[in-house]
Amino acid sequence: MAVSNDQLAVVAPGRGREVLTGGAPRRRRRLPPHVKFLAPFGVLFTLFFPLPIGYAVYESFLKVHSSGLGLTPGSTSTVFAGFSNYSQVFADSSFINGLGRVLLFGVVQIPVMLVFATVLALLLDSVVVRFKRFFRLAFFLPYGIPGVIAAILWSFLYLPGLSPIVSALHGVGFGSVSFLGSRSVLWSIANIVTWEWTGYNMLIIYAGLQAIPADLFEAGRIDGASEWKLATRIKIPMVSGALVLTGIFSIIGTLQLFSEPEVLRSITTNVSTTYTPNVMAYTQAFTDDNPYYAAAIAVVLAVGTFILSFGFLKIVQRRGAAS
Amino acid sequence: MAAQAGPVPATRRAVADGGRPPFTRGSVLAVTFLFVCTIYFLLPAWWLVVSSTKGPSTLYSSEGFWFSHFDLLSNLTGLFQYDGGVYVRWLLNTVLYAGVGAVCATLLAGAAGFALAKYKFRGRELVFSFILGGVLVPGTALALPLYLLMSKVNLTNTYWSVLLPSVVSPFGVYLARVYATSSVPDELLEAARVDGAGEGRIFATVVLRVMSPALVTMFLFQFVAIWNNFFLPLVMLSNTNLYPVTLGLYSWNNQYGQAPQLVSYVVLGSLISVVPLVVAFLSLQRFWRSGLTAGSVKT
Repeated sequence: MAVSNDQLAVVAPGRGREVLTGGAPRRRRRLPPHVKFLAPFGVLFTLFFPLPIGYAVYESFLKVHSSGLGLTPGSTSTVFAGFSNYSQVFADSSFINGLGRVLLFGVVQIPVMLVFATVLALLLDSVVVRFKRFFRLAFFLPYGIPGVIAAILWSFLYLPGLSPIVSALHGVGFGSVSFLGSRSVLWSIANIVTWEWTGYNMLIIYAGLQAIPADLFEAGRIDGASEWKLATRIKIPMVSGALVLTGIFSIIGTLQLFSEPEVLRSITTNVSTTYTPNVMAYTQAFTDDNPYYAAAIAVVLAVGTFILSFGFLKIVQRRGAAS
Repeated sequence: MAAQAGPVPATRRAVADGGRPPFTRGSVLAVTFLFVCTIYFLLPAWWLVVSSTKGPSTLYSSEGFWFSHFDLLSNLTGLFQYDGGVYVRWLLNTVLYAGVGAVCATLLAGAAGFALAKYKFRGRELVFSFILGGVLVPGTALALPLYLLMSKVNLTNTYWSVLLPSVVSPFGVYLARVYATSSVPDELLEAARVDGAGEGRIFATVVLRVMSPALVTMFLFQFVAIWNNFFLPLVMLSNTNLYPVTLGLYSWNNQYGQAPQLVSYVVLGSLISVVPLVVAFLSLQRFWRSGLTAGSVKT
C-alpha cells in the first residue's frame, strides 16, 4: 500500500495554488484530484446509505397521534414518541416469532449450505475428479436466476397437482408429501435459498483453494498424506477467510429473508404477513399504513444484523488467534 | 495486502486440471456424488424448459419432467401480446435498470477505488471503512426509508427511484481499490504526468484500461445485484409500465385467479428472462473467479 512521496508532491502544489487563488471569486476552485474522483460516488453514497439510515432512525421515534376518535380528517398529527415504537416492537409477539423463525432458519440452513459448498469446492479442487468444468457450470447456474424467479419456479415444484416431485413421491409410496405445511414450509424456503446460493459460495471457496500455492501440499502428497488429510489439515484452514466471508454474507441474507416467503405466500396460507421481520416491515409500511412502526422494525433488524455479523467475525477471529 | 486479483497461476491450474485422474474407488464415488448434486441443481431448470412448451391445461395434467402437447408457439404469441405487450417493456426496463445502472456504478466505484488506492490524503482509511460498512447494511432496511425520502421529492414511481440507488456499489469500491493497489503501477501514473496529462485524462485513458479486468468483475456483480433486487422496485413502483421483469412476473404470479393462462406465460417468461443472463454469466465465469479471489483471500 505504498504511495510514493512524488504523489504527495503532486497533490501539494495544487493545494498551495488553491490558497493563493482562493480570494478570486470568478476562478473555479481547484479541488485536489482525489476529491474529484471520490465526490461523485461519495455524494450518491451519502444520499442512499447514511441518509436513509438516519431518516429511518428519526422516523422510528415518531408516531401518529389521533385526537378524538380519529374519524374526521385532520384530527391526527405526528408526534414524538420516544422509544415507544421500540418497546412495542420487542413486545410484539408476531415480530418475536418472525425473528425466532429466521434465526432457526439461519442456524440450520447456513451451516448446511456452507458445508455443502465446501465439500463441492474441495471435490472440484481435488485431483481425483473429472468433468470439473461441467460441474462448476452446473452448480453455479442457479445463481444466474433471480431470487423471485427461483422462488416462483420452486413454488410450482411444491404445489400439489402441479409438482412432478409431489406426484413422484406419491408414486413410490411416500403418501401425500406436503412441502407447504405449517412446519415444512420453512424448510421448503431453506431449500430454495440453498439451491440458489450453494454454487455461489462454492465458487468463493473454490477461488480461495485455487489461490493456495501448489507446493504447499505437493510435499504432503509426496509424503503420502491422503486427500482427506490434505483437505482438513491444509486446504480448509487456508480458505478460512473465504468461509468467514460466505458466513457473513449468509447471515445478512438470512435476516433479510423476503422474496421467497413473499412468493410462497401466494400459494399457501401457512406463510403469514408477519412470517419474517422483513415481510412484517413491508406489510406494516404498505398495507397497514404504519411507516413509523415499520421504520422501528427496519432499524432493529439492521442493528441486529450488524451485531450478529460483527459478533460472528469477532468470535471467528478470537478462535483463529487462539489456535 | 495479500489479495491477488489476477488469474490463477498457471502452474496450479496445470496440476489441478491436467492429466487424467486415475480410476480409484474414491474418484468414482466422488464423481457419482457430484452427478447427483448436478441433478439437484439442474432439475428445476429442466422443468422450466419442459414446462414452457406446455399450455396451461397440459401443465397440470401431464408428467412434469417430460414433454407433452407442444404449445410453445402459442405460449410465445400469448406472452408477447398479453396486456398490450407489456412483457417486452419489462425486459427493456430490466436492461435499463441493470445495464445502465451497472455501467454507472462501475465507473463511479472505479474512480472512488482508484482514488483510495493511489492518492494519500488525511482520513483515507476512515473514508474507506465508512464505505465498506455500507456492504454490511441490509438493502431492505434501506428501501423503506428511501421510499419515504423519495416521496418527499416526488421521485417515487419513476425510473429514477430504482436507477439512482442502484448506481452505488460499496463492494465495487472495495474491489477497485484492491485491484488498483496491486495492478496500477505508480511509474505509469508518473510517466503520464510528466507527459503533461491531467489527472482526469490519465484516469480516462490509462487507468481505466489497466483496471479493465476488475471493472468487468464489478460490472457483473452489480448487474446481478440490481437484477436480483426485488424489494426496491416492489417498494418504489406502482406503474406496471416501469416494472423490471422480476416484479412483472411476480405480479402475474398473483393473478392466476383472474387469468389462468398466465401460468404458462409466467413459466415461459421466467425462462426467456433468465436465458441471456445465464449464458452471459457462464461464459464470463473467469471474471467471477478473479473477483471472488480478491474478496476471499485474507487481506
